[in-house]
Formats: sequence, structure tokens, C-alpha cells
Amino acid sequence: MATTLKTLTDEEFVAPGRAGCNGCGAVIAARMATKVLGRNTLMANATGCMCVNYGYAGAPKFPFIHTLFENAAAIISGMDAGLRSLHKRDDVNLVVLAGDGGTTDIGLQALSGAVERGHRFLYICYDNEGYMNTGVQRSGATPYGAKTTTTPVGGDRLGEPRPLERRKDMVRLLAAHGIPYAATASIAHPLDYIRKVERAIAIDGSSYIHVLSPCSPGWGFAENMTIKIARLAVETHFFPIYEVEDGRWYRLTIKAERKKAVEEYLRLQGRFSHLFSERYRDEIARIQAEVDANWAYLKQLAALRAG
Amino acid sequence: MSRQYISGCCAVAEAARLAEVNVVAAYPITPQTSIVEYLANYVAKGELKAEMIPVESEHSAMSACIGAACVGARTFTASSSQGLALMHECLFMAAGLRLPIVMAIANRALAAPVSIFCDHQDSLAQRDTGWLQFYVENCQEALDTILIAYRTIEDERVLLPAMVCLDGFFLSHISEPVDVPEAEQVKRFLPAHSPKYPILDVNNPGIFNVMAFPDTYEEFSYDRHVSMLRAREVLRESMADFARLFGRSYDLIETYGCEDAELILLGMGSMMGTVRTAVRLLREEGEKVGLVKIKSYRPFPTQEVAAAVQKTAVIGVLDRGLSTGLGGIIYPEVLKSLYHLTTRPLALNFIVGLGGRDVTIPILQRAVQEMKQAIGASRPKRETIWPGADRALLQAWGIKD
Ligand SMILES: Cc1ncc(C[n+]2csc(CCOP(=O)(O)OP(=O)(O)O)c2C)c(N)n1
Ligand code: SF4
Repeated sequence: MATTLKTLTDEEFVAPGRAGCNGCGAVIAARMATKVLGRNTLMANATGCMCVNYGYAGAPKFPFIHTLFENAAAIISGMDAGLRSLHKRDDVNLVVLAGDGGTTDIGLQALSGAVERGHRFLYICYDNEGYMNTGVQRSGATPYGAKTTTTPVGGDRLGEPRPLERRKDMVRLLAAHGIPYAATASIAHPLDYIRKVERAIAIDGSSYIHVLSPCSPGWGFAENMTIKIARLAVETHFFPIYEVEDGRWYRLTIKAERKKAVEEYLRLQGRFSHLFSERYRDEIARIQAEVDANWAYLKQLAALRAG
Repeated sequence: MSRQYISGCCAVAEAARLAEVNVVAAYPITPQTSIVEYLANYVAKGELKAEMIPVESEHSAMSACIGAACVGARTFTASSSQGLALMHECLFMAAGLRLPIVMAIANRALAAPVSIFCDHQDSLAQRDTGWLQFYVENCQEALDTILIAYRTIEDERVLLPAMVCLDGFFLSHISEPVDVPEAEQVKRFLPAHSPKYPILDVNNPGIFNVMAFPDTYEEFSYDRHVSMLRAREVLRESMADFARLFGRSYDLIETYGCEDAELILLGMGSMMGTVRTAVRLLREEGEKVGLVKIKSYRPFPTQEVAAAVQKTAVIGVLDRGLSTGLGGIIYPEVLKSLYHLTTRPLALNFIVGLGGRDVTIPILQRAVQEMKQAIGASRPKRETIWPGADRALLQAWGIKD
């Protein structure tokens, strides 16, 4: 039976005393997922904020390994094979937790290999759209126009120059691998997210969840705004919530048809503040157009299923 | 036991089969590839009940081995050259997590320029990663050393990973008669793996690879270091047991003719067969020449080397690898072994056999000639000598030294 907020356990698996920033979206994402995963979990956590959050102070209640930056998916492959060879594979959830840098950039090869070989594991990418642990540098997931320390604003530069439509889309990339299950999720839609985790770990193969995880110091917003920002990302279609089965069948799981203007989302974040100067006025319209085009395209993909 | 005519690669694969490894994760690279092909075949035929992970890179091969060893599996891989270099980062992790993984290395040079041929540079460049390193002279020794390696490093006094290095092509692809022991006999020497180190286990949760701050990192390093030093005695025990069961004895070093030697050649790997022949020939001519073969490069047999060469006049260290701008790689380690002796031999360094060049008897004779000329000198005229380098070619390239 699918979990509801009422049946969700009160037990916490992300220990108090952890060292993340207040209002850290990634910690919320981990907290929600681990409530479903429970104690029968082995977690491999790629280098990034979350290994610091677990490793410095506090610890999860299940066995946990901080891997290198790029090899979490390869290490979990070894665990899958190792447990199989020892006849201990049943009833253990193998889970990777990795940032967008460890996923879209340096860890992409290991993830691609692990999924292609069909290891049984769930890979959760907490996407804070940059390398936050090293002090807010751009990654393959940083959105167009965002200010980071390696995509500064000034002179001719308006922040991240790569257009939104060419940002690495991990879910579609893994769908192209034929992965049995891949989805995006939001910490502002906990039930949708939790049920996706539940579904993913039941699969006898690889699964992937990409959860947007707003980051107060990296994005420039007050620490009590995390969920609001996460919700706006969905309501503006900036971060659509959907799932893909067998790499083919797309389904929008949060429809949000009465959408809000992207401007509302951007306005709350320091990393986009320069876009509101006269000089960059057109850029917001450009971002809106790309967000609309992406939404329309996803709807077409989702229609394939019905057709 | 059965006597088979097999290559070094096959001997290594036989050893992994006999060790009943649980997980093999590897990526093809010449001249190591056949090891993994043999193992894949054993698994396909059901002769080895292991999980094979055909990873997408060597970085992932070592990472998968780490994952498998972390859950308590006996784990094996093999690599070479560029592949081993790609693993570099993960080698530290395997050693730091104290995982007893065994890796066979078919030694090969590194690009550029591209070479697929034998050179010890690839594994010597991994010297400081915390892995034990053994170098073997023939296919039999390759097989035996894999078994000795598992037995040694799974001992809780050691718990470090180990490389067993066999010369690319010279051993990996040359067939020799090899005694392949029976599985039952091997089991007596190497029982099934039951990890004596903490593993990732849902019934006993623990956290691996946490951050060590400056108040503990040094102590972790110290602990690893003393474990490596302790490995010498564990190795000797394993080798003694091995000799008892299988009748073949090994030691951290092997010596020949050292007792009365004025000149000693020291080196490792397959070239030591040729060195032995050269030494024998020279001794027949009345020259007092001896040989030291390094089998265990890590832990380095400091005392053993010192004891073996102490009374000789000149030693010549044969290096099949180069620390560019310094000279050989083993040479400084030998000097370290000698420095505190009250009387010590003069030492010369010979760079030989790079990129697959044959180490021939004439090359060794040239080296011995240089050593003879150095007898009685207070310091060598030339310290680093390339007795096999093609002078005409260097001249044609306009290279002067
Ligand atoms: C091979 C390697 N290169 C670089 C680093 C430095 N490094 C550590 S964490 C990190 C960024 C992590 O970014 P991401 O995966 O997005 O996670 P986040 O920090 O945002 O949680 C970098 C560059 C490293 N640890 N290893
Ligand atoms: S920098 Fe961002 S992602 Fe990292 S702990 Fe702080 S809020 Fe979380």
C-alpha cells in the first residue's frame, strides 16, 4: 500500500547535529527519502555537501559510505555484485546520493555504466544546480543566467552562458539508456516524491530520481524560503515534475496547468538579481520562452503514452 | 596438482579461480586482457562462482572492487599501464579503507610515445598508494604469489590491498610449464574469506570514509604504515606455510651467489632469469658476481637487502622504470637500505629494458664491466648508466649527455 503522510514513519534517519546550512533543500530531500528507505539501506554518498552533512557531525542510522566525487555509481555496482555473490542481496536497498556535479559532470560515466549494466540500485541526485560544497561554482545543471563564482556577472557576462535548452537533462539522458524508472521530484511535493522513492526501490534494476534542492547560500534566498522556492520552480514549470517508465513512457505527475510566470521564481533569488536590471530585461522573456517550449515538449512526450 | 603449459595471464586467472574470488571487476587493456577473458570463461562454465562486472573504465573497476570488498566479498581485478594510471585516485581509497583486494598488473609502459610493452613504470608510479607490491619472475611465481597475497593481506595484522606484477608479454603472454594446485589443497592454505574488518552491513550499521581532521589524519597514516611494515612478518609466515603445503619456497628477496660476491646485480621481474644466467656464466669465468631479486617491493625488504649486499664491493641496481630527472626508482630505495651501514658497497644505477627492450646478456655484461671499473673508487664516476641505450640513435637525434 502506498505511503501517505499519515503512515509515514516518525523515525528520523538523518541525525540531528548534521552540519548542513539551515534550510538546506538537500537535507530535506534526504530526510524524506530515508523515511521510506528505512534501516535496510546501504547508502553511497558522492563527495559534496551531503557527505559533509553526514560525515562531520551526526550520522545516518543505516550503513553509509562517503565515496569519491565521481565513483558512487561504480561503488554501488560493486556492492550489488558483492551482495549477490554472498547471497545477501535480498531486502537491502542500495542507494546513491549525489549532487548535480557528481552526477551530470564528473560522475556521469560511472552512472551511465552502472545503469547500462542494469545493477539494482536507486540513484538520487539532489540538484542544487551547482558545486556548492566548494563554494558555488557552475555545473552541468546550472541554469542559464545564474551567477556562480565561475560564471560571474560583469562586462559582457550575465552569469551562466549555456542556454537552458542545452542544460544536461539527466532524466531524459537516462531514459535514453532504457532505465526502468526515472523521475524528477520536488521537496515541495513530498507525497509525490516519497511514492516515487517507494516505487523506485521496488524495481529489480536501476532507477533514478532527480530532486530539485534549493540552496540558500548558493542561490541567494532567506533560509526559511526553501520550500516556497521549490514550489515555485514547479508552479512556473521551471522544474517540471514527471516520471519515465522503461525509458519511453513519460507522465507528468504534477500537472500545475495554471502556471505562474518564471519571473516570480527568478525574482526571489540573488543569483538571478542582475537579470532584473534594464540591461538584461530581454533575458527573462528568453528564459520564459525556453521553459514554455520544454513544457510543451514534455506534454507531447506524455501524450505518447495515451496514444 | 596438475602440470600445465600455460601463459602468465592464464596462471593468474587460475590463481583467482583457486582463490574462489567472489567478485571480479575489470576493464580490458593489453597485455592484461586475457586474464579477465579467462575468468569470464570460468564463470560462464560454472568453474568459478563469481560475479563478473564488465565495468566501463578502470576507475570504475577499482571502485566496484571497493564496493564489493566493503560488503565482504573476496575481490579481484587486473590492469596495466594507462588503466592503472586511471585508477590512481581509487587506489588510495582501497588502501585507506583497509580492503584486501588483489590486483594483477601486466606491467606496461605509459604513453607518450605509445607503447604496449613491458616497463615497471606503471606500477612503480603507484608506489605510495598504500598497496603491497610483488614482482614475479615466471608464470609459476605469478600463480603462487596471488595465493600468497590473499593469505597475507586478509590477515588482520595487514588488511591492505596488494598488486602482483608480472612483466607484460615476457610473462603475460609466454607459456611455461606451471604446477596448478588442486582446489582442496588451496583451501587448506587459503580458507574461504570471512572478513576480519568492518563491512557495510545493515545489521551492524557503520559509516565509512568520514572526514579525518588534522587531529587524526596523521595517526591513520601511521597505522597504515606500521601495518605495511608488519606485513613482512605475515608474508614470511604465509610463504613458509605455502612451502610446507606446495613445496615451493619464496622470500621477500631471493639471493644467488652473494656470499662471496664482489659485485652484485639487484633487480626484479622477468629479467632476473637472464641476470641469473649472466651471473652463472660470469662465475664460470671466475668472476665473483651475485644476484639479489626483489620479490616484495612493498613492503620494501630494507634489512634483507642490506644484509645481502653489505660485504660486497659494488652493487648495480637494475631499474626497469625511470624517475625522470633523477634516475632509477628502486635505486634510491636501495641507497636508503645501505646508508646506515658502517661499511657499505659502492652503488651504481643501470636503467634497462624500458618500453619492452630486451635485457640481454651483453647489456648485463656491460653493466658488470662498469661495476668492475668502479671497484676501489670512493664514489662512482657516473651514477646513472644506460647500458642498453642505442648510442647511434641518440647521436642521430642530436642528443648529448
Ligand atoms: C576528483 C575530484 N575533483 C574535485 C573535487 C572537489 N570537489 C568536492 S565537492 C565538489 C563539488 C560537488 O558538487 P555537487 O556534486 O553538485 O554537490 P554539492 O556540493 O552541490 O552538494 C568538488 C568540485 C573532488 N573532491 N574530487
Ligand atoms: S551550501 Fe547549499 S546544499 Fe550545501 S549544505 Fe548549504 S544549503 Fe545545503
